[in-house]
Amino acid sequence: MRFAVPVFPGSNCDTDCVKAVRDVLDQPVDLVWHQEKRLDSYDAIILPGGFSYGDYLRTGALARFSPVMESVQEAAEKGKLVLGICNGFQVLLEAGLLPGAMRVNDHLKFRCDIQPLQVVNNRLPFTLDYTEGETIRLPIAHGEGNYYCDPDTLQQLRERGQIAFRYEGENPNGSVGAIAGIVNERGNVLGLMPHPERAVHQWMGSADGAKMLTSMLRYWGESHGAA
Amino acid sequence: MYKATINVQLKSSVLDPQGSAVKGSLHSLGFEEVENVRIGKTIQVWLDTGDAAAARKQVEEMCQKLLANPVIENYDYQLEEGA
Repeated sequence: MRFAVPVFPGSNCDTDCVKAVRDVLDQPVDLVWHQEKRLDSYDAIILPGGFSYGDYLRTGALARFSPVMESVQEAAEKGKLVLGICNGFQVLLEAGLLPGAMRVNDHLKFRCDIQPLQVVNNRLPFTLDYTEGETIRLPIAHGEGNYYCDPDTLQQLRERGQIAFRYEGENPNGSVGAIAGIVNERGNVLGLMPHPERAVHQWMGSADGAKMLTSMLRYWGESHGAA
Repeated sequence: MYKATINVQLKSSVLDPQGSAVKGSLHSLGFEEVENVRIGKTIQVWLDTGDAAAARKQVEEMCQKLLANPVIENYDYQLEEGA
């Protein structure tokens, strides 16, 4: 399974994503500059965290028009796995690959912490190795993670099992429905504010993020007849 | 040449944490009359065209594609000639 990690000007979690894929899965993974137009040879794309284009205008708004995003759109349409973490999630929202929008945290602070999350849906390509309702711990680090969608969209997300992760305990940013991560209708595009790539070894404080990567590999193996 | 002054505001149904914080500070300064504060942004764009209709059409497109996020924001703008 081949992974691509697009790098936008201002991405800063790109290398963490590459290391996580290598450490946990031992699968090939390449950093890809945002002007790259062809991602055909990759099976999964991870949009990393950071501050693409300095987060000017709105988070993710400018990155959404980078040449690489057209290939990400195509990959998503083909059913390939697309994982957007933190700023990557914001880019997916701006690109319209996921519904809703991101607002400034309701308390206006940048929140950096280890956050408990509930696995709401474990039947997704990204959550197969978790159990439903399981509490996991992942780091968060964001100032604009306050996910918003209108009540109809929220209802739809709930009914169609598109809520992948929800914050447990205190909601760290004020997001609607305490949403931490959602998928598209097809389930092959996941956006989440917490950082699974920063929680793949016990010495990092949690290894709970590793299962997200092993789930992706398992899904890919099952849908391709081999890992 | 036309200058477009674009005003982007969060929709009134969307909580504006910055506005709420500024309202609190205005209250603590003694401006008790302040009932609500909303913070938006102003974007100025200069267009090299003499055609007002064309400029208007372009500004509209810019707002819809990039300058505002229609999920949470509204926008309006004014066009000035020769500014």
